[in-house]
Amino acid sequence: MAKRIDVSGLTAYYGNHMAIEDISMTVEPRSVTAFIGPSGCGKSTFLRTLNRMHEVTPGGRVEGKVMLDDENLYGSGVDPVAVRRTVGMVFQRPNPFPTMSIFDNVAAGLRLNGSYKKSELADIVEKSLRGANLWNEVKDRLNKPGAGLSGGQQQRLCIARAIAVEPQVLLMDEPCSALDPISTLAIEDLIGELKERFTIVIVTHNMQQAARVSDRTAFFNLAGVGQPGKLIEIDETERIFSNPSVQATEDYISGRFG
Amino acid sequence: MSETTPQHENPPPPDGIRTTGADAPGDLPRAPLAEARGTGRIGDKIFLGLSRGAGVTLLVIMAAIAGFLAIRASHALSANEGNFLTTFTWDANANPPVFGIAVLLFGTVVSSIIAMALAVPIAIAIALFITHYAPRRLSGPIAYVIDLLAAIPSIVYGLWGGLFLVPHLEGLYKWLDDYLGWTKIFAYHDGAARSLFTVGILLAIMILPIITSVSREVFRQVPRMHEEAALALGATRWEVIRMSVLPFGRSGVISASMLGLGRALGETMAVATVLSPSWDIVPSVLDAGGGTFAQNIASSFKEASGDMGKDALIASGLVLFVITLVVNGAARLVIARRKEYSGANA
Repeated sequence: MAKRIDVSGLTAYYGNHMAIEDISMTVEPRSVTAFIGPSGCGKSTFLRTLNRMHEVTPGGRVEGKVMLDDENLYGSGVDPVAVRRTVGMVFQRPNPFPTMSIFDNVAAGLRLNGSYKKSELADIVEKSLRGANLWNEVKDRLNKPGAGLSGGQQQRLCIARAIAVEPQVLLMDEPCSALDPISTLAIEDLIGELKERFTIVIVTHNMQQAARVSDRTAFFNLAGVGQPGKLIEIDETERIFSNPSVQATEDYISGRFG
Repeated sequence: MSETTPQHENPPPPDGIRTTGADAPGDLPRAPLAEARGTGRIGDKIFLGLSRGAGVTLLVIMAAIAGFLAIRASHALSANEGNFLTTFTWDANANPPVFGIAVLLFGTVVSSIIAMALAVPIAIAIALFITHYAPRRLSGPIAYVIDLLAAIPSIVYGLWGGLFLVPHLEGLYKWLDDYLGWTKIFAYHDGAARSLFTVGILLAIMILPIITSVSREVFRQVPRMHEEAALALGATRWEVIRMSVLPFGRSGVISASMLGLGRALGETMAVATVLSPSWDIVPSVLDAGGGTFAQNIASSFKEASGDMGKDALIASGLVLFVITLVVNGAARLVIARRKEYSGANA
């Protein structure tokens, strides 16, 4: 179910602007890896290169290799659509399909992938909603629009939608930044459960959150405005927050800049 | 409001309820809120007057038009010897006058349905192509050319339709007759193609730009995050359109179509130039004959002698007015019914 991600020499551009430069790292399966760093350091851009969403942006292109186990996501003949079915994503702002019911939102990805029997579909939807800790709150109103839920519920609906297709990897781009503390806690608990099944990569602006949920933490930084973002270091979360090997990391996590 | 603020008409708030924090000791004296709201910023007053005036004027104009139509029409209707809805003739100048709108109603509805059936799918396809498929350097010029279609005066459409479209459609009609003639609707008995179907094609071209440009704007406004939601699930471009773009744009496309339909229902000169009218309902849409409200008013107005002739035409105009109102109301109903699910909620 969960696969290892091995990135080597990855550089991403927006048009002629180099957004991130020469990033290499390994993300272990069944673990949570957090990306932290100041705004504009390219951590979201990097995250979006891991499921080929970066190239959706006009002018976006990527150089380098992203290996998912032994398959290069940027190899010739690899269909980005297939990549995104393997590497799921949850966004900063909850984005359930506004015109679909709760049920249809969760089933949306399944319906793209093939035909399921009604009962199969219902089973997977229930399992995914349970997996996202949302089942008990919505089981009586599966036919109501997903946009009618609270922000935190919507975000968990989006997680249910992402895990319904059983991806290998789950990318989360600041999934809690639009949520209140209680909803944030619910999502963080959920991340702890999901890592039993998925490889999870999470971008966060909240360093306490990184410390709470992640096994490993990567710190990104940029030399200045207009400069490309770089990976400064990646290590066990405990080490990053207690005894990082680079001075800039320590400055950042102790609040001296950023 | 603080306890020390002089009270005007508003009763003082109940004890213990403080609506502002302005009652801290040592606060600067400030104008009471009731007065502050109206402290005549002259610009505000002028703008208020202007916008209120514009709103009222609009209502007055609408009421005046409706009143004018209703009064003149009732005059004609009370003198009419025939059944207004089912009579197939238009002898408003005769004594007693006999006229009915059956043919006009049929022709207007049929030609508009044909125009919508042709224009709406094409317009949606063009709008999707411009917003989601075409490379940028292509989408600009295409959008411009489509918008240019709207700038052509309708009489020019009429001339082009009558002189170019009519002779060139005869071949198509013969072909349709060969394959679909058995349906009676698409039977073609030679003669000039000055039929309701030709009118429908011409109207479709005329309403294409308005439907396209409104749809295009709606599709362009689909929030990025909705499209990315579909993309991240592994949706292809067409699946993104089906899952995110079309549902979001649905009500906008309906509104756009209604704008187009409004134009198709009321189009006058192009129809009058192309159609060869007759006072009967032709079973085939390909055969010449029939008429529309607007076309009949334009064609008969000059010959309509006296008040009765003109009032009869006004009565038919009133029907067109009502049809347009009903169409608009129906469109609003469709949009409102799906409001819960509409993209505007997100």
